[in-house]
Amino acid sequence: MPTIVVDVMPKAELLDPQGKATTGALARLGHGKFENVRIGKRFELTVDGPVTDEIKAEVRKIADEVLSNSVIEDVVGIDFGDGTCECGDACSCGDSCACGASCQCGAAA
Amino acid sequence: MARIGVVTFPGSLDDRDAQRAIRLVGAEPVALWHGDHDLQGVDAIVLPGGFSYGDYLRPGAIAAVSPIMTEVIDAANRGLPVLGICNGFQVLVESHLLPGGLIRNAHQQFIRRDQRLVVENASTAWTNQFEAGEEIVIPLKNADGGFIADAESLKRLEGEGLVAFRYRGVNPNGSLDDIAGLTNERGNVVGLMPHPEHAVEPGFGPNVAEAMRSGTDGLRFFTSVLESLAARA
Repeated sequence: MPTIVVDVMPKAELLDPQGKATTGALARLGHGKFENVRIGKRFELTVDGPVTDEIKAEVRKIADEVLSNSVIEDVVGIDFGDGTCECGDACSCGDSCACGASCQCGAAA
Repeated sequence: MARIGVVTFPGSLDDRDAQRAIRLVGAEPVALWHGDHDLQGVDAIVLPGGFSYGDYLRPGAIAAVSPIMTEVIDAANRGLPVLGICNGFQVLVESHLLPGGLIRNAHQQFIRRDQRLVVENASTAWTNQFEAGEEIVIPLKNADGGFIADAESLKRLEGEGLVAFRYRGVNPNGSLDDIAGLTNERGNVVGLMPHPEHAVEPGFGPNVAEAMRSGTDGLRFFTSVLESLAARA
């Protein structure tokens, strides 16, 4: 069953208190070279059936209107899982292929 | 007798306190349920504090699309007075009945304090018993109370007098322009982070200069809505 991945991040210009707290914790652990951590959300939507253009439009709408609040967040990526492997298999963007190649992302959001 | 509905969401904490405040000003509280589509013919609505649906996704976000909110949004757009307190304010913002957004407090901690506020707009359905510029004390308790909006929206809501309350003394959560509460253009929808229903009875209110736990400034939110309903009738 295809899985569609939606990534949402707090707007760059706004304070991200969770990220700030994590940056502080990293510094205390001796990882001070990481000057900034920002924390977002990943949504995985499993759909029963092929990812049609209609489904994609619906996901874009859901991402903008429900999964994110445009006042405080940006949808930074939607992966419809329509990448391809060098060996010809279908794959989800970011995953590795069964044949060992890396997945080449298809149509981006 | 005015009938004022209080919506209970899964996770609401202060619904009973809001009902008590309504009873104290001589109105009849009506319990409304998040899963219903029935507003039971109430004259005004309070969205109480606490949490809702675990505040999953974003605080107030899932409550904003609950069955009862379809009716609340419709009623608010027709002019019915709606007050959102704390999580209720978050629900109003997520419902787009009020502008902007509310994020985790800038200092990343939950805070509870007796908060001084300035009433900036005293001509709404929920603030007409205050004087503009008056200072009041209302308990505040939240983790996600940081009000934000982009520069353009902020300029618009300042310019149009939509800031209903501002924090004085301490800004407890990093809210832009010290904004504690907002109204819509029509003045029937008001939302704020502090809890007026916890400042309605001597002995159980915030500490004020005169005596401990004796602050009752919250009562006037509820007498305001009665005045507004009476003026309309």
